[in-house]
Order: sequence, then structure tokens, then C-alpha cells
Amino acid sequence: MIFESPYDNVFGDLIEAFGVFAVILAVLALFTFAGFLLRGIGSAFDSRGETFDEMPLFLASLLAVLIVASLTLLWSAFIGGRDTLRFLILLIAAIAAFGWLFRWAGQRLTNNAPRFRDMPYGVSFGYVLAAVVLIWSVWFYFQPVVTEQGTPRASVVFFRWAIQGLLIAAVLGTGFKELGKRVGPGWSRKLFRTMPLTASFGILVIIAYAIVAIFAPLIAPYGQEQVLGAANVVPGGNPALGGNPEFPLGTDQIGRDILSRLIYGAQNTVGIAFATTLLAFFIGASLGFLAATLGGWLDQLVSRAVDVLMAIPSLIFALLLMTIASVWAPRLGIPLTVFMVVIIAVIDSTRVYRLARAVGLNIVVMDYIEAAKLRGEGLTYLIFKEILPNATAPLLAEFGLRFCFVFLTIAALSFLGVGIQPPLADWGTMVRDMAAFINFAPFAPQAAITPLLAAGAIALLTVAVNFVVDWMLHKSSGLKE
Amino acid sequence: MGSVARIILQRLVLGLLTLLVVSIVIFTAVNMLPGDFAQAILGQGATPEAVDAIRKDLGLDQPLVVRYFDWLAGALRGDMGSSFAQANFASFVGAEAGERVTVLDQIAPRFSNTMFLATVTAAIAVPISLFLGVLAALYRNSVFDRAANIFTLTSISSPEFFLAYILILFLAVLNPVLPSLSNIFEGMTFADRLEKTLLPALTLTLVVTAHMMRMTRAAIINLLASPYIEMARLKGISPMRVIVRHALPNALAPIINVVALNLAYLITGVVVIEVVFVYPGIGQLFVDSVKIRDIPVVQACCLIFAAAYILLNLMADILSILSNPRLRHPK
Repeated sequence: MIFESPYDNVFGDLIEAFGVFAVILAVLALFTFAGFLLRGIGSAFDSRGETFDEMPLFLASLLAVLIVASLTLLWSAFIGGRDTLRFLILLIAAIAAFGWLFRWAGQRLTNNAPRFRDMPYGVSFGYVLAAVVLIWSVWFYFQPVVTEQGTPRASVVFFRWAIQGLLIAAVLGTGFKELGKRVGPGWSRKLFRTMPLTASFGILVIIAYAIVAIFAPLIAPYGQEQVLGAANVVPGGNPALGGNPEFPLGTDQIGRDILSRLIYGAQNTVGIAFATTLLAFFIGASLGFLAATLGGWLDQLVSRAVDVLMAIPSLIFALLLMTIASVWAPRLGIPLTVFMVVIIAVIDSTRVYRLARAVGLNIVVMDYIEAAKLRGEGLTYLIFKEILPNATAPLLAEFGLRFCFVFLTIAALSFLGVGIQPPLADWGTMVRDMAAFINFAPFAPQAAITPLLAAGAIALLTVAVNFVVDWMLHKSSGLKE
Repeated sequence: MGSVARIILQRLVLGLLTLLVVSIVIFTAVNMLPGDFAQAILGQGATPEAVDAIRKDLGLDQPLVVRYFDWLAGALRGDMGSSFAQANFASFVGAEAGERVTVLDQIAPRFSNTMFLATVTAAIAVPISLFLGVLAALYRNSVFDRAANIFTLTSISSPEFFLAYILILFLAVLNPVLPSLSNIFEGMTFADRLEKTLLPALTLTLVVTAHMMRMTRAAIINLLASPYIEMARLKGISPMRVIVRHALPNALAPIINVVALNLAYLITGVVVIEVVFVYPGIGQLFVDSVKIRDIPVVQACCLIFAAAYILLNLMADILSILSNPRLRHPK
């Protein structure tokens, strides 16, 4: 155990006597009281009477919690004898001291240059911390990968992979940005000049995923359902470690090529998520615009229904409906995946509806809508020719975010075993099926990487989309500070 | 004070109403299942007489509306019916009713486990995210802020199980400091229990902290543009003080809102995390019941999740009204 608290027996007895909730409530009350006391003592001793006098009670209580927590940690480290913890505490104390020393030395050496004179302590602490982390990373990166006994040092292997991954991402992002700056029409070149690195990396990843998803059958070396001779081939392609050069990422329990399944997973998982998002947008945006233009009872009816649907947590509701769908699907002969698409689209369309209605309400009061109405234009024209073009920008950003949510929901459902059904290759299911391989990490780092690859494929895409959306929102909102 | 009380009362009534409608939605959704519980319990080879007997026993021969109110009244009393995964033919025919495994028996211990997980997560996540949010607002657009931005965006957009497996890999497999499976049982010491809960709690913390920190940062930065902050700065007080003394108290309403919303989010996040860590909480029970189609349990879990979600959203609403001085001191 990494820590030990002096309250063990006290808490155990109390919980046994009064129940968990009573104890939690009592602890909360105790800390509120402690905060009250702390504030009182503070303002009595604080000569200027500024810091403590107007401190909100919750801040004072938080302070009390922090004090108790740090005292507990100290107790556990120095009296309880937890070596790791003691090392960490001493390290932080050393960094704190060096932060102070760094600023002091800077002031002395540069003759009180403004850079050091006005440096807050937090910043100099940050510099020293960053330096320590950097030095440690470099040192750890160049540690030998194999111990003297010949066993692999998995931590170093994983650390190297992580650093290499980050470096490749940075290089690719920079390269793509530089390319975009030089090639292409004027507007896109201008766009690339002001783009942060994260956004250009995001765009690159999205393009790559789209290509892989569309051309999956051409790229993948084997079929997604094809069962090949050897099962459980270790990734890496090194025959000495149980790999096979024909399957660079190995094979799964029943001998399907993991690389091919990852590539097909792009088609299935991303494709289904994309279709679901489109459906959600079709339902949500058309209802939202209709409600905004027509108003009246339709607006009331749909809005209240949406309120109710949104009051149920979406994953929970999706799971409930999937239970019911899983009974209906075989009876009706419709694949469960179709049900899933519709269910998630309906649940997510409520969020789209809210946005579309809000944006639409702002647009329908414009003069040009009035003019169009006076011209005698029909509802379809109003919605598709007048409202939709003016609502594209916010809807597009929402599309990115919504896609991420839908994608993550589908991944979560598949991970829980009720989403995309086998034999379709799907990332969420792959993670679940191969999760146990993680435990092999200390002996065979290559084997442990497979579940993380599938999960990482999901994470990479959502992170990329979020990077792009973040940049788009930042650009359109004009947030400068 | 009268107006505040009225607004809060309105919200409370509205919340209860929403809960009622949600319960109707859940009930109707479940009753869209083909066949009924009696057939499901007995399976394919049941005789019509046995099906009829159980149908009568469970009250399934009543019309839908009557059944709904029965279910609702039962739920209010804490009696959610009997789980039919554990039920078998013998417990319905011939045995006493007391031998049935009720839904409540299954849910009660797991509910307190989930609450424990949520409490530990909140206890870690709330102080950290407030602290980091204030730091990010203080040093905005610095290297720290940008690194924090990238880090939080990444952890928000990664699937929960990805973060969970990364943490398992580094904290349980490569450096065995924490257990990767949370086998919680009765009669553990508090520290033991805390240690078993720590890894799932840390995963949830990663997700929730990112949200809360970003929103805290946004709320504070939003306020920093206002004239009284300018004034405080011109007075010459330090940036940290400007934020802690002048900006933070006014940013309290949005921050409380964010905290409550994220606790509501925890409820959904808990499902996946509990499955990854095999944590014996209500989320895992829910997923297991979904897989074996144990409808009464699914129904009850769904109602509990929805109730907690609505309650937390309601709390966010009420707290942000209470922390708004303009509403507390009407002119």
C-alpha cells in the first residue's frame, strides 16, 4: 500500500457503527466547522485583515481539507515509513527550494533584470519542475531496454514508444502545416499560417482516417473475418519473440489478422458513427428549424419531449433501449447495428435540436426572413435556402463535437458488449476482447500493446476532431484573452 | 428572499415532474418488449398454466396503467420487485415469497459502493481542478496553459476505457503500486477499501478534472475582462490575489454549476469504469443485467441513474441561484 492513514481503525469503527453516509456527512460538517475556525483564527492574526476576512467559507474549508490531507501524507511518509511517498515529498520540497534559489540567483546574476525581478514564485517553481521532468525523461529514455539478466524492461520500452509517438505527431503536424502554407489556393495558405500545431495535426489525422476508412479493403492485407492459420501471434513480426512477419501486429484468439481488423475497424466504427451523426443532425436540425419557424404547439411539444429525453443520462438510456432492441432484432430480422444507429441518433438529436432551435430563433427574427415570408416563400424554401445557410458555422462545429460523442458512445457500447456485433471488426469490441493482454506487459511489451492500439485508434480520432473544433471555436468566438 | 424561495420551489416541482415523466418513459420502454416476464422466467418449455400462475403472482394480468402505478408505488417504498435472473421456477411455485432475490437486495450494497467511488473521485477531482483552473487562468496563454489545454482536451476526448487501461498499464502492471481489480467486500478496513477504489477513482478524476478545470478557467477569464478587476489591478494587487479575492467569489455560480454537472457526468462515466475494474457497483450490475435481460433490475438501475442525474442537475440549478447575489438581495 502506498500510503497509510492514522485514522484506519477510527473510520472502520465509525462506519460500522453509523454507516458510510453518516460518516461522510459528519466529515463534511467537521471540515466546514474547521474552515469556519480557520477563518476566524486567520482574521484574528492577519494584521491587515484582508486575506481571511472575506474568504468564502468553502475556500476556508478547502484549506482545512488541504492542511489535514498534507499532514496525513507527511505522517504516512515519515512516521508510517512509506518510502515512495517520502521520496516524492522530499523531491517536491527540493524543487520548491530550487525554485526559490533559481529566482534568487537569476536576480543576483542579471543585476535584477525585469524578467527575474517580476517573476512570481509559481513561475520559477514551474521552470525548475519542467527542467527536472525534462532531465528525468532524457535519462529514462536512454536507459537500456534489457536488464543484465536479459529480461525486457517494459517501462523503458513503453516510455520510448510514447516519446517517439509524440515526436512523430509533432513532426507530422509541423510538416503538414508547412506544406499547407506553401501549397494550395490563397485562402487555405492563409488559414494554415495562423493555425496552431494541434489543429494541423488534427486535420492530418482526420484525412488519414478518412482515406483508411474508404479504401480499407484495398489497404488491409487480409479480410476482417478471415481466420488464418496461427492464433495469438505476438505483434512485432519477430519470430524469436513469437511473432510472424506476415502479421506485423499479430493475430487474435481465433487467428484473425489484427492489422486488417484495425483497418476494417476504421471503416465500420467510424463509418457507423458518421452515419449516426448524420442521422442525428437530420432529425435534430430539421425539427429544430421547424420548431423555430413555426413556433406554437409544435415547438412546445417537441421541446418538452426533448427536455424529458435529455433528463436521462444518454449512455444509460442507450443501454436500456439496446436491451429492448436486442430482443426485437432477431424477431424482426433487422441487424442490431441498425437499431443502435437509430437509437443513438435519436438520443443525440435532442442536443442538436436544442442548438438548431436556438440558432434558428435568432435567424427567424431577421428582416430577410420577413421579406422572404412576404414574398410568399414556402416553409421548405425558408428552412433550406434562408435559415440553413446562415446556421452552417455553429452547426459545423457542433457536428464535430457531436461526432466525437456519438463515436465514444458507440465505442463504449461495443466495449460493454452491446454495440457493433461480431463478426464486424470494431475497435471497442477489440479492446474488450484483448484487454487481458495488458497483464503480459512486464514480460512481453509487444503483446500488451494490442488492446491499447485499438483504444488508441479511437482516442486519436476523437482527440484530432476535438483539436480542430477547439481551434474553429477559438477562431470564431474571437476569444483573445 | 421570497422570490428566491419561489424560484427554488418551482425548480423542485419541475424536477419532480421530470422524474415522473422519465419513470413513465422507462416503464413504457421496458413494456415494449415482446412477450412478458412470466414467459421469460419460465423459458420455452413452460406450460400455459405455469405461465398464468406467475403472471397472476406478479400482477402481469393487470392493465398497463395499473401496473405502472403499482411499480411506481413500489419504487417509492423501496420495493423494486424481484430480480428474475436469480428467480427460478421453484421460487415461484411452492416456495415462500421470502426466498426470492429482490431487486433491492442486489442494488443496495452496490449503490453504496458506487457512492463511495463517486465520493472519492469528487474529493480528489474538485480541489485539483479548481486549483489547476485558477493556475491556468492566472498564467493564461503561457506554456503551462497550453500544455494543460492539450492534456485536458486529450483526456476529455479519449474513451474512458483507454484512460483506464493506460493507468492500469502504468500503475498496476509495470509499477505495481495499486491493484488493477477492485474486489470490494464487506468488512474491509477503510484504507483497504480506499486503495482498491483508488485506480477507478483516478481514471474518473482524469476525465472529470479536465472538464471542470477548463470550465473554471473559462469562467474566471470571462470575469477578468470586467471593470472591477481592472480597478483591482490598477490598485496594484498581485495577480493571484486578484483572482482569489476578486474573481473567484464572483465565478462561484458557474463553478458550482460545473461541479454539479460533472458529478452528474460521473454517473454515466461510472458504468464503463466499473466494468473495466470489475468494481462491484451499480454500473456493473446495470451492464450485467442488460446482457442477461434482467428487466426489473435494468428498470430499477435506470430509474436510480436518472433520479441521481436529475437531482444533481437540480442541485446545480438551485445552488447557482443561491450563489447569485442579485437574486439573493432583490431591490
